[in-house]
Amino acid sequence: MTVKYTREHEWIRIEGDMATVGITFYAQEQLGDVVFVELPEADTSADQGAEVAVVESVKAASDIYAPVTGTIIESNEELSDRPELVNEDPENDGWFFKMQLSDPSELDDLLDEADYQAFIQEEL
Amino acid sequence: MKQEMTFRDRHIGLSDDERAFMLKTLGLNSMDELATQVVPDNIRKQTRMSLPDALSEVDALAELKSIASKNQVVRTLIGQGYYHTLTPAVIQRNVLENPAWYTAYTPYQPEISQGRLEALFNYQTMVVELTGMAVANASLLDEATAAAEAMTLCERSSKSKSNRFYVASNLYRQTRAVIETRAKPLGFELVEFDAHNPPAFDNAFGLIVQYTGNDGAVVDIQPLIQNAKDKGILTVVTADILSLTVLESPGHLGADICLGSTQRFGVPMGNGGPHAAFFAVTDKLKRNIPGRLVGRSIDSEGRDAYRLTLQTREQHIRREKATSNICTAQVLLANIAGFYACYHGPSGLTAQAQRVHFLASRFHQGIKEKGQMVNDTFFDTVSVQVSDADAMVAKALENGFNIFKTNATTVSVSFDEASNEAELKVLANIFSIKLGHGAVALPNQLIRKTDFMTQEAFNTHHSETEMMRYLRKLADRDLALDRAMIPLGSCTMKLNAASEMAPITWPEFANIHPFAPDNQRLGYAEMIHNLNDWLAEITDYAGISLQPNSGAQGEYAGLLAIQGYHESRGEAHRTICLVPSSAHGTNPASAQMVGLDVVVIGCDQDGNIDLYDLKAKVEQHGTNVSCLMITYPSTHGVFETAVQEVCDIVHSVGGQIYLDGANLNAQVGLTSPGIIGSDVSHLNLHKTFCIPHGGGGPGVGPIGVAEHLKPFMPGHPEFSTQSPVGPVSAAPFGSAMILPISWMYIRMMGPDGLKDATESAILSANYIAKRLASHYPILYTDAKGFVAHECILDTRAVKESAGVTVDDIAKRLIDYGFHAPTMSWPVAGTLMIEPTESEPLAELDRFCDAMISIRQEISAIESEKGSADDSVLRHAPYTVEAVTTAHWPHAFSRQEAAFPVDSLKKDRYWPPVGRIDNVYGDRNLVCSCPPLSEYTDTPTEAA
Repeated sequence: MTVKYTREHEWIRIEGDMATVGITFYAQEQLGDVVFVELPEADTSADQGAEVAVVESVKAASDIYAPVTGTIIESNEELSDRPELVNEDPENDGWFFKMQLSDPSELDDLLDEADYQAFIQEEL
Repeated sequence: MKQEMTFRDRHIGLSDDERAFMLKTLGLNSMDELATQVVPDNIRKQTRMSLPDALSEVDALAELKSIASKNQVVRTLIGQGYYHTLTPAVIQRNVLENPAWYTAYTPYQPEISQGRLEALFNYQTMVVELTGMAVANASLLDEATAAAEAMTLCERSSKSKSNRFYVASNLYRQTRAVIETRAKPLGFELVEFDAHNPPAFDNAFGLIVQYTGNDGAVVDIQPLIQNAKDKGILTVVTADILSLTVLESPGHLGADICLGSTQRFGVPMGNGGPHAAFFAVTDKLKRNIPGRLVGRSIDSEGRDAYRLTLQTREQHIRREKATSNICTAQVLLANIAGFYACYHGPSGLTAQAQRVHFLASRFHQGIKEKGQMVNDTFFDTVSVQVSDADAMVAKALENGFNIFKTNATTVSVSFDEASNEAELKVLANIFSIKLGHGAVALPNQLIRKTDFMTQEAFNTHHSETEMMRYLRKLADRDLALDRAMIPLGSCTMKLNAASEMAPITWPEFANIHPFAPDNQRLGYAEMIHNLNDWLAEITDYAGISLQPNSGAQGEYAGLLAIQGYHESRGEAHRTICLVPSSAHGTNPASAQMVGLDVVVIGCDQDGNIDLYDLKAKVEQHGTNVSCLMITYPSTHGVFETAVQEVCDIVHSVGGQIYLDGANLNAQVGLTSPGIIGSDVSHLNLHKTFCIPHGGGGPGVGPIGVAEHLKPFMPGHPEFSTQSPVGPVSAAPFGSAMILPISWMYIRMMGPDGLKDATESAILSANYIAKRLASHYPILYTDAKGFVAHECILDTRAVKESAGVTVDDIAKRLIDYGFHAPTMSWPVAGTLMIEPTESEPLAELDRFCDAMISIRQEISAIESEKGSADDSVLRHAPYTVEAVTTAHWPHAFSRQEAAFPVDSLKKDRYWPPVGRIDNVYGDRNLVCSCPPLSEYTDTPTEAA
């Protein structure tokens, strides 16, 4: 199992050709209290970088992009009733959706944890 | 001999002595010197504006009255979305003519806006109940623009990839025309269909149909909706608000969106506006609803409290990704409609609808008896086949009525609240018919069976005493200009003088139908002609269109003019819209509506447009540049010296300059968009030219254009001259009824008074900046240290030093009796202050004293190494209940909380609620009051 990160502050946990996607601790901190998450429907395909979800806090609405190309398999329905999970446990229970990868080589362009930490230090 | 006071002296809050004192504080000797120091030389207006000299209030009213008397008030049965209505006097006097309601701002600070938020919540509940939809917004600009919004909402929400939108042929002409304007740049294909014989819909993202059509016939929308649903097509139903008391609700019949006008609920026709359009959607679509939405949340002490909800969808946050550029509502008019519904209640409204229908039915039977083909079904409008429509219209007019000419051989008559037996008899004579006995002529399957408006709000205030007290009670909860300065940056909350407001309810202005014959509207034509000339002189533009009925609409109209011009020259490929990062969020949102791609230009550290970046982007995009959208003085509150160079750079590749007129109050008489080198601007008459904010609308956003853009101003089906650009608003002159306000202002100020006002506004802003600079850094000034007509206080440092947020400061200001300045815009974590010219020195000082006192409260946290969490700031504002509670949990005293300065002991505004929980409100969306049945338990049998 590997975890990768994007410059849009998403994490991707990869198990075989399956990826679970959510937003990072840093991202939820920047957004503040999350009040709504709009999730993609299962069985939809998405190209890398496509807008697939929206996360809304009291102060911002942000798009969530597909970190890699693939098919959405499942969305975290729990978030419809409890969007606060994104704040409380962003990198586990607050996951957004699961994808089946079509091109694992795309993962090579994503950041590993050390790179991501360095990236957010730069942003600060 | 002493000089008598002129209107200029009444409008400008500062006396000559006060101005002299303030100038001295700034190290200046005269107002002229101030203007010379602040406004860059190269754009200074060198001549006196050529406007008529100022008139006194009495003389200006007399002159306007003589113009108004050229309008002919004729009993009008034209319909087509505009009906005569009887505004209840208790509502006219206590709302429309009451500064507590009309001078309030948009309720962004909910703790001081509970009165109008409750009123809007009532309005939303009324719309939800009548339409049968799940969620209604707090109103849109007019029925036609609401229909255009519905179309784009369908496109965004539909799963269909198609660009086709079906449009029923029974829409009002103006609705159809505004939809066409909107569809064109977005590339939608409009397909017309007959509502009574709908085709098998296929491959489209949506359709729109009018429930009671422009011919009066009632459409059986249920099979039509079902047919669309089966194909995955979203259905928009436009409906007459009064008819929904007797016709089954579109929501019940499966519509996805329902919209229309609430004009006939007590708001005069006013030659076309302003009126509140209602807009309601299914639960599924609620998060994509355009405009503002009032929701219920709780405050810090757990009370129910109202606030604007789902604000993050708005254009100021989403910018070019915004789903619409709508950033206002028609609050004053929506509230009038909502109160009208409270006053009449469900039974009163139903009785009115039944009476109107009954009168129409007697007329209909008479026509049918005579054998003239008519619509079989109707609510209030009967179409009649005649041999010569013009002759029939003329005959009706001879007998005192305007009726509608549909085409050469058809006329229609619309009955309304003012219709009665006596009028019916005259109409019978005109049409040479024998009136029938009347019957219900609504299709059986469409007769309303569902209950509506069972809530307490609609079943309590039926006596005038109760209504009067309810209106007073709500008004007392709010802080408007009638109590205190509202120093909102970029909003120009200046005086809305009583003599400016008086004419709008004169019958000669109020009771005019927008499609009445031209020769009945000569007074309007003259007033509009005056206003066009004067605004052109003030802005140095060649043409003015008064049609756009909000600032954002003006932006949209201005960009359409630019694209129309490019297209006429074979340059439709120009689709790059340059927007500085400091721009108002509506700019990129409007650009997206016109099909432009936004390219952001950076700002340098002084907040000015980065010329290097501009040059680089202009070079990169070359002849694909459509325009640059700038604001002047900049949104950072500074007169940028390089603005002409900025314009030249864009012009050099054939691009156009759109100058956002939001800050025109710093220009009038000193410089102008024309001098600066701009091609088109919108003006906010509700900022610079005294139209009140109405608690969040109406606004008026006319555009001014240079000579070459004149042919591309908005057209209208009612205009004889055609424009390649269609209408942007339902009515040809937008919100015509409130134009007399700006007419009066300009007429009473004259060229010198207007220039004085601009200078005084700049003086007041600089005075505040000077007094507060040692307490809070002023974020941006020009090279000489001056600001324009507003200034940004940097409050970010106290977040670091004391943990105090900009929100804490804003809410604490309420305890000092002030509406907060603009928060976190254009720079997050800061406050932007615009005092305007209307505030007296004492009020400016009271505000500065409050800000300084708050700074001392912050210092106390800093020096005592205390925590912001138990500071007097964090728990602000304080209600009476909070400071009188038996158990006082705080380290600071009740007195410190309640009376931080002595003057408050005499005059203290008490907010009705404590700080409102935004997170709770957004997570638990409640946007209308549930019906009574959901409160009551199953009745138990009596013992």
